[in-house]
Amino acid sequence: MANNNIGPKRLVVGASYGLRDWLAQRVTAIVMALYTIILLGLFLTGKNFNHAGWAGIFAMQWFKLATFSVVVCLLYHAWVGMRDVWMDYVTHNVFVRLVFQVATILWLIACAGYAAQILWRV
Amino acid sequence: MSEVVRAKPRFGVMRLIDATGYRLPLAGFVSILHRASGMLMFLLLPFILYLLDKSLTSESTFAELQALTSGVFVRLIILALSWAYLHHFCAGVRHLFMDLHYGLNKDAARQSAVSVLVISLALTALVALKLFGVF
Repeated sequence: MANNNIGPKRLVVGASYGLRDWLAQRVTAIVMALYTIILLGLFLTGKNFNHAGWAGIFAMQWFKLATFSVVVCLLYHAWVGMRDVWMDYVTHNVFVRLVFQVATILWLIACAGYAAQILWRV
Repeated sequence: MSEVVRAKPRFGVMRLIDATGYRLPLAGFVSILHRASGMLMFLLLPFILYLLDKSLTSESTFAELQALTSGVFVRLIILALSWAYLHHFCAGVRHLFMDLHYGLNKDAARQSAVSVLVISLALTALVALKLFGVF
């Protein structure tokens, strides 16, 4: 049998979540960059800046949905980034790192909830 | 294993404090600032959403926001966040190009690092002038 495996004792296949998260972080980055450009465009082409004009942008259904999608992208993007930070710097204790990672997830989900509340009140 | 390596055993991974002993190249500064700016925005995310909330909810909260952002301290926080966003954006675009294998050699990487710093700081300066009412 040809030895296609890395390592002599076991099959090393991996869960691929390293690649998945790496790719997701880049894809979400592109989505957020495009959103930034669209929002800046709408903001800069608007006439006199007041509440009605600003809220008018967010009152459009497509923009609400686009914004919410971007918030979810942000959630994933920031999760991968902060997870990397905790993995790099909190190395002395696995339990402490787990606490930081769980806190990060809760923080981000709470923020996404707040964003949804703001968006659908307009 | 050589004697030199055996004489100085190092256990575990490098700690954050160990990293401060190195003089970073410009690309290294861009990289660590990319991380720092990301963390800053992560920590202040509720504040950013709070500003968005105030700006959208009603005419009166919009006016409250204008009053709130007339304070120097709040303006400085907003300026810091603007820098963080601009730097993270520019450095992120640089990373994306590098992921596609553009500009990987030493000179090009240094040049793009300089561009990131110059562009993000220039745009931040523009935001600062706007924030503090120069134009």
